[in-house]
Amino acid sequence: MPSLSERASRTGQFLWSGWSGLAGLSVFAAFWQVAHEAYGSFILPSPLETLAAAWALLGEASAWQLLLTTSSRALSGFALAGVIGTMTGCLAGFHPAILRLVQPQITLMLGVPPIAWIVLLMIWFGTGSATVTTTAAVACLPIVFLGAAEGIASRDRLLDDMALSLGMGRVRRLVRITVPQMLNRLFPILVMALGTAFKAAVMAELLANAGGIGEALAVSRSNLDVANALAWILLSVSALLAVEYGLIQPTRSELEAWRHAARPWGVKR
Amino acid sequence: MSALTLNDIGHAFLGRTVLDRVTLDIGEGELVALVGPSGCGKSTLLHIAAGLVEPRHGRINRTYVRHAVVFQEPRLLPWATARKNIGMALPERLSVRDRHDRILSAAAAAALEGEDLDKYPVQLSGGMKQRTAIARALASEADFLFFDEPFTALDPALRRHMQDIVIGHVGSGKRGGLFITHDMAEAVRIAHRVVALDRRGNGISGKRHISLMPGERDERMVFETVQHFMKQDPLFRHVEELDERRAG
Repeated sequence: MPSLSERASRTGQFLWSGWSGLAGLSVFAAFWQVAHEAYGSFILPSPLETLAAAWALLGEASAWQLLLTTSSRALSGFALAGVIGTMTGCLAGFHPAILRLVQPQITLMLGVPPIAWIVLLMIWFGTGSATVTTTAAVACLPIVFLGAAEGIASRDRLLDDMALSLGMGRVRRLVRITVPQMLNRLFPILVMALGTAFKAAVMAELLANAGGIGEALAVSRSNLDVANALAWILLSVSALLAVEYGLIQPTRSELEAWRHAARPWGVKR
Repeated sequence: MSALTLNDIGHAFLGRTVLDRVTLDIGEGELVALVGPSGCGKSTLLHIAAGLVEPRHGRINRTYVRHAVVFQEPRLLPWATARKNIGMALPERLSVRDRHDRILSAAAAAALEGEDLDKYPVQLSGGMKQRTAIARALASEADFLFFDEPFTALDPALRRHMQDIVIGHVGSGKRGGLFITHDMAEAVRIAHRVVALDRRGNGISGKRHISLMPGERDERMVFETVQHFMKQDPLFRHVEELDERRAG
């Protein structure tokens, strides 16, 4: 375990890096403002108007309820895909024959348009949470599977031999040598999968009329209320960012302190 | 009493015989250097002796308790500090204090300083990485060590330093060892006995005892012995040749 001071300095650097994130967002907001001034409030409300609308939404308890609904659906879909994808991916990584059999099915899953999944799932599960969660899971399952399989298949076998020469048993080798290597590969992919799960969940809600942010977006569209629609988009992105920077990134930096050590100074801060 | 006995070992990769009828005996506390031209199957023999590869035929008899291998590359876990890399060789049941003490003494034996122990492998130089690998092997309390050309990638001054570490902790009645190299000077400097593997892997072609104990030999004596071996001894005629099978 890294020492307390080391962890504190890492946390400090992490929070400090928020400034650069804010700077990037400001550039984005500037372009947004330019487009707003060119096209007017009806087509594209200004960033400040959108923020005000989002702020107003946050004042309502029902908005929080909707955010929570969508987030929990996206997260349970993500968790489902994470568990199934990682387990089957590891299995396939260890056995090339299984990987070869499963690969075409993954291509198939990636090739089916998400919209088609939603139609099928609506028929099977009706228009409720189950459809939304499953859509999110189906959307991120293939990439998690491939990430885990890659992580296992591309492991450094020389390290395995080294552990064997020290007399480590099969289970200890798996836990101490193979799984950490797999996680190194898997983490960036989990970040991607989480974003995909949120997008798929919102889309499924919109199309299936299943409540949550998606339905709120549908309502804004029918009212031609662009500011409100943008505010909802802003809120769903914020929910995603909150999960990513509150949950995934801290876990990742805990597991990958060594990668941080390898970075040159200018990249670190 | 021998620590390791290889009896009539043979091995083949995809039907091509790489080792045949290799018989070798290493005594307790004896360090044997195995030389041979590259591609003759030295590494394969070591992997078989260390139990990493199953031989096609032959018997291996080990009377030591534990062994450890120092590989050609350091093979450190990139996500663990030097301290943890050394510690992974220790048994799990040790107390925190014991663990700490044993890591420190192994690191000291391999001339690693305390401040380097908290660095990750990416922050260590090539020599320090290889010293960490040696410390890991020493920490395992193995009573037999295998070395698979561990210092080939290091510069001459560093290599001599590492050889001194090996001389100090292997052989001389402490631990037995098998050291693979194709550097004759290295073999003559550190080993009690130099054994040459046939250039086609066809058994051991011969052995030479070296006078004095490792560590007592001076530079002049090492130099003259190497000169004698390379120029006049037919046993070592092929050691510096290139891989014949791959070239032919």
